[in-house]
Amino acid sequence: MRRTSVPVLSLALGAALTLSACGGGGDPLDAGSRSGSQDAGTSSEAAAGTGDGEVIVGSANFPENVLLAEIYAAALDDAGVEVTKRLNIGSREAYMAGLEDGSINLIPEYTGGLATFLNPEIDVTSSEEVLADAQANLPEGLQLLDISAAEDKDSLVVTGETADELGLTSIADLKGKEGDLVLGGPPEFETRPNGVDGLKEVYGLEFGEFRSLAAGSNLTVQALKNGQVDAANIFTTDPAIQENGFVVLEDPESLFAAQNVVPLISSDVVNPAVEEALNAVSAALTTENLTAMMVEVVSEGQDPAQVARAFVDGI
Amino acid sequence: MNETVRLTLEWLADPASWTGPGGILVRSLEHLRLSFVSLLVAALVAVPVGLWVGHTGRLRWLAVNLAGGVRAIPSLGVLFVAVLLLLPRLRGDLAFELPALIVLVVLAIPPILSGTYAGVEATDAAARDAARGMGMTGAQVLRQVEIPGALPLILSGLRAAMLQIIGTATIAAIVGLGGLGRFLIDGQASRDYAQMAGGALVVAVLALAVDQLLALVGRLAVSPGLRLAARAQ
Repeated sequence: MRRTSVPVLSLALGAALTLSACGGGGDPLDAGSRSGSQDAGTSSEAAAGTGDGEVIVGSANFPENVLLAEIYAAALDDAGVEVTKRLNIGSREAYMAGLEDGSINLIPEYTGGLATFLNPEIDVTSSEEVLADAQANLPEGLQLLDISAAEDKDSLVVTGETADELGLTSIADLKGKEGDLVLGGPPEFETRPNGVDGLKEVYGLEFGEFRSLAAGSNLTVQALKNGQVDAANIFTTDPAIQENGFVVLEDPESLFAAQNVVPLISSDVVNPAVEEALNAVSAALTTENLTAMMVEVVSEGQDPAQVARAFVDGI
Repeated sequence: MNETVRLTLEWLADPASWTGPGGILVRSLEHLRLSFVSLLVAALVAVPVGLWVGHTGRLRWLAVNLAGGVRAIPSLGVLFVAVLLLLPRLRGDLAFELPALIVLVVLAIPPILSGTYAGVEATDAAARDAARGMGMTGAQVLRQVEIPGALPLILSGLRAAMLQIIGTATIAAIVGLGGLGRFLIDGQASRDYAQMAGGALVVAVLALAVDQLLALVGRLAVSPGLRLAARAQ
């Protein structure tokens, strides 16, 4: 008991520091860090062989997206493409502007988030439909390469014990048992269509109570772990799922929109070498190996660039 | 009229905002309950300590510095730390209610403590000497002279504490508790700015109303002689 409180405390403090550090960091778009390719000679030769110049990889300002950008950068570097990294740019609003004005030309995206950004009225949820919708609304000059099986999306999660006790593998299995259960999640989960309302409409579930937890996923994880809530809305790649033996309930009715990881790239920089390298990454990525890498980065504090390098070497 | 102002007024005027389990009335009651419990607990701690410090003059430096230092503790930080420490140790809602209570008690102690010892210290020295001269014991002086004399400052300490409590009790909503903070947190989460602004207005009105109520209590409780003396000065 006593030992667990130390990492918990440091996580809380870390979260508080991260919050307070917002806005202080300067503009990452100004100061792109060069990916130091040691073998610059071979790189540029290969790049010359495949056509043209460098690819500038950007990322959103959260650890998983930074990791994915590092993976793209490592894969492109191996393919002999000259790569520059401009990571931690900010929200989708910020980096989409960067893609359009050419200050970056590749970023790891999520199909559902992108599709909703491009078309707020979207009402499809399966991987194929979401991808098609996103592609139909992409600004000119941008394109999506192959999607990966890895998804960072909303999910309903229970502890391993709850899953065993109630025999749960899918959200649908909760039917008839949810009246005594407390559901936890961020406050917006209570009101948005694919939250509490969606659970009722799509699966006919009415939980005994909804506990709104506004202090980040760490609080939700702790509340689930300690039994204050019985089921929780957590992202599928949250390292806490593996660490605590939580069970992600399957979503057979696709209540939660697909969020496949996909490279969003300027058509200008697409060539066979780039395409092949990024599609190989997408083919290798799964939610499981992405989550495992997130454990290494977030929980163990490893350098995302090194974790990415190890993954790309293993493809 | 500004669009947000119009929507806020509409939200406040909508009967649906006021009734039901998530309505303003129920949320206000939850808010008041948490606030008064916090004030009570803080007073039970701070008033006796303040009386003792004021009466004996002992550890005054500690009380002064503690009251000042505790004010610098960030409530949100205390809430997070308390929740994360208590979640594994407590079952059910108590794991959220106790941290919220701790935050508000910590917030309320400094004004009550300093009001109390300052009030006792400020009691008319001549009255205190007269009481001693009449043969009163220390406890009798405290009960019959110093506490009644300190009452105006004790009550103003309580009032100041309550204003802060009512404003800050909104953070209980961050960990899923009720109260008027729900309108701020849920409003922000669903980008319903009218609900946020409306909720904030209700908090402000509630704080002022309770403040006036406590002022009235003070007027009834304080000895008329003291009031006249204060006016004469």
